[in-house]
Amino acid sequence: MALSEAQLDGAEPERPERSGVELSGAEIVIQALADEGVEFVFGYPGGAVLHIYDALFRQESVKHILVRHEQGASHAADGYARATGKCGVCLVTSGPGATNAVTGIATAYMDSIPMVILTGQVPTPVIGSDAFQEVDTVGITRPCVKHNFLVKDVRDLAVTIRKAFYIAMSGRPGPVVVDIPKDVTDPNIKIPYDYPRDVKMRSYNPVLKGHPGQIRKAVDLILQAKRPVFYTGGGVVLGEASAQLTDFVRMTGFPVTSTLMGLGAYPMTDPQFIGMLGMHGTYEANMAMHETDVLIAIGARFDDRVTGKIEHFCPHAKIIHVDVDPSSISKNVKVHVPIVGQVANVLSDMIKLYRELAPRPDEHPVADWWSKIAEWRAVDCMRYDRNSTAIKPQFAVETLYKVTGGDLYLTSDVGQHQMFAAQFYPFDKPRRWINSGGLGTMGFGLPAAMGVQLAFPDAQVACISGEASILMCIQELATCLQYGLPVKVILLNNGYMGMVRQWQEFFYESRYSNSYVDALPDFVKLAESFGHVGMRVDQPADLEAAMTEAFAMKNRLVFMDVIVDPTENVYPMIAAGKGHHEMHLAPSLSDRELA
Amino acid sequence: MRHIIAVLLENEAGALSRVAGLFSARGYNIESLTVAPTDDPTLSRMTLVTTGNDDVVEQIKKQLNKLIDTVKLLDLSEGPHIEREMMMIKVRAERHDREELKRLTEIFRAKIIDVTDTSYVIELTGASKKLDAFIDAVPEGLIVEVVRSGPTGISRGDKGLTI
Ligand SMILES: Cc1cc2nc3c(=O)[nH]c(=O)nc-3n(C[C@H](O)[C@H](O)[C@H](O)COP(=O)(O)OP(=O)(O)OC[C@H]3O[C@@H](n4cnc5c(N)ncnc54)[C@H](O)[C@@H]3O)c2cc1C
Ligand SMILES: Cc1ncc(C[n+]2csc(CCOP(=O)(O)OP(=O)(O)O)c2C)c(N)n1
Ligand SMILES: [Mg+2]
Repeated sequence: MALSEAQLDGAEPERPERSGVELSGAEIVIQALADEGVEFVFGYPGGAVLHIYDALFRQESVKHILVRHEQGASHAADGYARATGKCGVCLVTSGPGATNAVTGIATAYMDSIPMVILTGQVPTPVIGSDAFQEVDTVGITRPCVKHNFLVKDVRDLAVTIRKAFYIAMSGRPGPVVVDIPKDVTDPNIKIPYDYPRDVKMRSYNPVLKGHPGQIRKAVDLILQAKRPVFYTGGGVVLGEASAQLTDFVRMTGFPVTSTLMGLGAYPMTDPQFIGMLGMHGTYEANMAMHETDVLIAIGARFDDRVTGKIEHFCPHAKIIHVDVDPSSISKNVKVHVPIVGQVANVLSDMIKLYRELAPRPDEHPVADWWSKIAEWRAVDCMRYDRNSTAIKPQFAVETLYKVTGGDLYLTSDVGQHQMFAAQFYPFDKPRRWINSGGLGTMGFGLPAAMGVQLAFPDAQVACISGEASILMCIQELATCLQYGLPVKVILLNNGYMGMVRQWQEFFYESRYSNSYVDALPDFVKLAESFGHVGMRVDQPADLEAAMTEAFAMKNRLVFMDVIVDPTENVYPMIAAGKGHHEMHLAPSLSDRELA
Repeated sequence: MRHIIAVLLENEAGALSRVAGLFSARGYNIESLTVAPTDDPTLSRMTLVTTGNDDVVEQIKKQLNKLIDTVKLLDLSEGPHIEREMMMIKVRAERHDREELKRLTEIFRAKIIDVTDTSYVIELTGASKKLDAFIDAVPEGLIVEVVRSGPTGISRGDKGLTI
């Protein structure tokens, strides 16, 4: 968190430049952001925040990005946070500004993304009177924030903002709302400003280190394991523990699977990686979960998309679970060795102990297990028709991988395209795969990509989307033009809400109720009307060249309308309420179904 | 199983609604909830009574602890503790019922704290079960109004739930 190197070294920190000066509430807001080291604020003005916007106008340290809808602001701040590991920040007005931001706040909450959301509020004297653009923002957001504050006195403003950043970034990260009534930002009331460097909260002390006794138990189990699996999640990404995880997995020689949120924390092209697990996970990962005797869960929360039916979950396993949030542990699945702590610390401690206790490194205790996994792998569960005359969505993602050389920040919307991306684009680094997992928010992808591109102006950034999802935040194409954000939109246009259609095909006897996306716009013209480049591809043979051309346009947003097979389904699939061993494989594979 | 949980909360606006919201959002049972400031004006103490199997109650405690405003939490039911609830009950008290009600008040060690020609208000403190028993003991048809505080509790022995 906003600690300078000098501070980390224990040297006397530099005092914030403007400490001691007299500032108005509005100026305090902006100066506090500057003192937090905030680069970008994603926002949209309105009556209740006009004083703050005026203070923004008169400074240069914090850059404001004007979105076109407050949902875009919250997703953009979220995308920025996911890609950088820093705190995302947005600023919106009271009433509709705040309610528009709620979807993005809930999205960040479900995936534990650190954000600070500053919302304007009506002046304190009229709070509760149904004043113009008044909503109870603290009340509305309470169930979808890590914490929220209403600041009623300008003297509390700086310390509250400091607390908000501290809470958002520490422990299990999450969004924090700071609701600021207009009179608190009155430009005529100035008070001495001193930004607090430290906050101490007696009621909030996140755990850092794991309990040594528990770590010992875990390592003992790991050493005895015959059929172990690492099951890793978003916590490894959030906790910056990729290096430790990779070391430990390699050291043990065990297989590793990841949730949708953890992809990239362990290199996906590595042979020890057995694919994503869960509803649309690989055959080998899910079968390994079903047969494992020691499950090592790290920064993952046993979501129902992962566990399937709890009664069938890992029936033979002793479970170790590392998580910074005690309430994640034994919430859905009872575990045998709970370890509360930051993943990076716990993994380092495990590695140390493992090194002391492990047998000779040339011994390969789990060779039989790997032969079993090799059999499952041989099923080749993600095979699809490569000779199709239509562009298969899987092929489109593979082409994207090829064209970008695996070096890409990829944001996603929600649906089949999201699953195909997760299955067919192997990420070798964390923070490269950016998607809404917990809330599953359509409309997330494009604004999130803006946040990523702002953070890394020279990086390749793409948004994979569906024709239904993209329309939910399409207005942000204007923001991209204004700030020159050369995001590549890869639209897998199947003419359906594909994920919905798939469920209707499987579970509602193909009654496609309202899942056909009728009256679609011409996306090429639409992109052009926003000042961008539009492209349409409908032949498999043309795709690679077209994508190469798109990515060669380094300074332009290119919107690729890729017409894909309208009836393709995502396989494997575990239907809701089924166990890991009850996967549906693609029809062409079903005759070989082993389960 | 029934659990009585004591929580020290920051005495901040909205702290109570966070607890109430948590219970409704997660579908936990809540039988009663009382809250008031303590000797330290920056702290409120809340007592809540809930039911659920061990796993559910474990989650409830973890979720309560996770609230940023929660300073400390103790499941009183895990050890020896004392529970008290206060009740005021308004009863119709006319003719021979007046005697009967007075007798009951004595037996239960309650107090009559308001008297009119036709009614009493009786105050009674004790374990919730005792309050239930008193209500049952009042003759049919005499109860006008019942108000109960909900249980509060404290652990036995010399250790306290303080910061
Ligand atoms: C259409 C669709 C399909 C999906 N299909 C699948 C699927 O097939 N497979 C799948 O896996 N998911 C799938 N999901 C996603 C799923 O809904 C969940 O979002 C996801 O499984 C949760 O991932 P996670 O367990 O890694 O938890 P996250 O939400 O990433 O939570 C992280 C966990 O780590 C902990 N943590 C955070 N920071 C730290 C730290 N520093 N140290 C220690 N612990 C920490 C947190 O407390 C939390 O418990 C799908 C989503 C959608 C929208
Ligand atoms: C805001 C929102 N509304 C509804 C849903 C339910 N939903 C999940 S996937 C999906 C269809 C998405 O269609 P599209 O964007 O075309 O992607 P595809 O599945 O076709 O790849 C819908 C409606 C959702 N996830 N988010
Ligand atoms: Mg679609």
